[in-house]
Amino acid sequence: MSSRERILGRVRRALADVPPDDTPYEQVVRRDYLREHGERTVEQTVELLAENLADYRAVVHRCTEAELPSLVARLLADRKAGSVLVPSGLEAGWLAQADVSRVADRTESTPDDLDRVDSVVTACAVAIAETGTIVLDGGPDQGRRRISLVPDHHICVVRVPQQVVASVPQALERLAPARPLTWISGPSATSDIELDRVEGVHGPRTLEVLLVN
Amino acid sequence: MSRTFVGMPVFPPPTHPAFPEAARDAVHNHTLRSNLRHATHTIRAKRARAVAELSDWDRLREAGRLIKDHTLRHLDRYLVQLEESVTAAGGTVHWAVDAAEANRIVAELVKATGESEVVKVKSMATQEIGLNEALLEEGIRAYETDLAELIVQLGNDRPSHILVPAIHRNRGEIRDIFRTEMGAWGRPAPDGLTDTPAELAEAARLHLREKFLRAKVGISGANFMVAETGTLVVVESEGNGRMCLTLPETLISVVGIEKTVPTWQDLEVFLQTLPRSSTAERMNPYTSMWTGTTDEDGPRAFHLVLLDNGRTDALADQVGRQALRCIRCSACLNVCPVYERAGGHAYGSVYPGPIGAILSPQLRGTASEIDASLPYASSLCGACYEVCPVAIDIPEVLVHLRERVVEGGVAVRQGNKVVLKPAKGHAAERAAMRAARWAFSHPGALRTGQRLASRTRRLHPRTLPGPGRAWSATRDLPAAPAEPFRDWWQRTRGGKDGAK
Repeated sequence: MSSRERILGRVRRALADVPPDDTPYEQVVRRDYLREHGERTVEQTVELLAENLADYRAVVHRCTEAELPSLVARLLADRKAGSVLVPSGLEAGWLAQADVSRVADRTESTPDDLDRVDSVVTACAVAIAETGTIVLDGGPDQGRRRISLVPDHHICVVRVPQQVVASVPQALERLAPARPLTWISGPSATSDIELDRVEGVHGPRTLEVLLVN
Repeated sequence: MSRTFVGMPVFPPPTHPAFPEAARDAVHNHTLRSNLRHATHTIRAKRARAVAELSDWDRLREAGRLIKDHTLRHLDRYLVQLEESVTAAGGTVHWAVDAAEANRIVAELVKATGESEVVKVKSMATQEIGLNEALLEEGIRAYETDLAELIVQLGNDRPSHILVPAIHRNRGEIRDIFRTEMGAWGRPAPDGLTDTPAELAEAARLHLREKFLRAKVGISGANFMVAETGTLVVVESEGNGRMCLTLPETLISVVGIEKTVPTWQDLEVFLQTLPRSSTAERMNPYTSMWTGTTDEDGPRAFHLVLLDNGRTDALADQVGRQALRCIRCSACLNVCPVYERAGGHAYGSVYPGPIGAILSPQLRGTASEIDASLPYASSLCGACYEVCPVAIDIPEVLVHLRERVVEGGVAVRQGNKVVLKPAKGHAAERAAMRAARWAFSHPGALRTGQRLASRTRRLHPRTLPGPGRAWSATRDLPAAPAEPFRDWWQRTRGGKDGAK
């Protein structure tokens, strides 16, 4: 007997006392919890996102579409970034004014190659106000998962209000499970020393989120 | 079915002293006591605040309970569905009955890549099966990359908490471990390393960076597996998880079968309750979700090892099976007065605290001293049940397991029904209970006995002699009243006559 059959057999024997029940799953679990917490206008939801991002030490900037290229250029210059990783589908205009060398997100790049790049600029798939979370789904303007991980400085552009949802349940509705997803809430952190939160371990130690109208 | 005791402990065979002995040293270790007190009190207040932010917490908790119970009730069906989904998405599914089989599968998979080292994401399942030690025997070195696991590994220590395995260490101790041990494992600690948490985190970042960048094989567990989509979820803070899940060419995930949830939508419950219960955050810094393999993004090969290792035995226990709802948040450890004083090592398992006290004796059986003592490692205060985000009634299971230890009875071990003999050490307890049962069903004898007790109350000892001594060593004997209650009631008609 294979281990698969053995485990499945054990499960069935273990449940021998349980009477059969074919209630459809949707009826078993009462989803009477809230779809979002509190009532907010669209602008208030965006405000809450900004507040919660900042609460977990992400640096939040707000600007218009027209101001975006100069803001990105300034943030990269402030970091003295010499190079920036660019996902293949990133809007060309976002980096138009930045005076840094651009590194394409390519299959051939080794982790060491990525480690030599100073910054990365990506878009996102959705942002969650209640938790201060941005979610990347590997779309063309976000690139492979590793490019937003290895460089120490991540600039993430969120289009507001279209990409902002209030809550976790609303975010899951918008996301496609088959895509590789990365949920990011503030820069890398740890609670491993005396159960107190410290920012800055393996992921980008600086996360800048640009909320663009 | 045999009358002899065949409940064999599952790997590793616990040759650990019983909980009271193991805890004795810990409660006299002042550094440990103060480290634990500081950490658990910090997190308690924060968790309460994070939970209070959600007005529908009780409903989320109930939904979590129902999702998990439903999944367990149809676990065979959901495991098969999960296997189909993962396979369709490009992954390979393996099944491991016990620790030895899981370790063998992983070792063979690593060897097939030609590599002799792996990077690991913190995972309770791989701790439980002793994977690192098993790999080492096969010539494969496993590097722990979670900060706390790194502290434990470098310190040649044992984990003492589910979420923060090095919770028993304070910052000064961590600095000393980094200074003396890092060099032997790779990049040494920076000169002049101080004990500020930020500097310690930086030292870990530098030390592990080279390992992440050259790693070809990553090993992880998972917090959730979605049967409907084949998606695995890892919830973490530091980014070491993302490194291990995305940089290597091969990813091997070892996951307990009870981590399955039926649908994608189910994540909306646990992604709200888990972070707030564990690190007391609205959301943990990083959550990775992957479904099989993705072209040109992340590992090219993905293996999922589904682990039983005693879980189906726990599933067979009608009261105890609720322990399989656990999402390993560790909120029950942080509120437990016993854990706070005894520390995690006394529990003799990778699962310490209240959840460990009901999980270990079910996964491993109650044959060993430590496993038979764990159901007693509690004051039954119920704080664990109150904070549990999937409403596991830990006190109920503790009492149930105490009964199993004292009375024996039918249980399932390694898939087979066995009849457990009553444990040896509890003869006095059984005798006392039998006597009580007899007395309460013989009112005349009870009355005579009570009157006798009242008249001789001045002669009663403060402690019990003989086999009762252990019981009364930590308890005061109840003082007998001057007059038995029933006599008083009859004399005064319940105090109605105004008499006292």
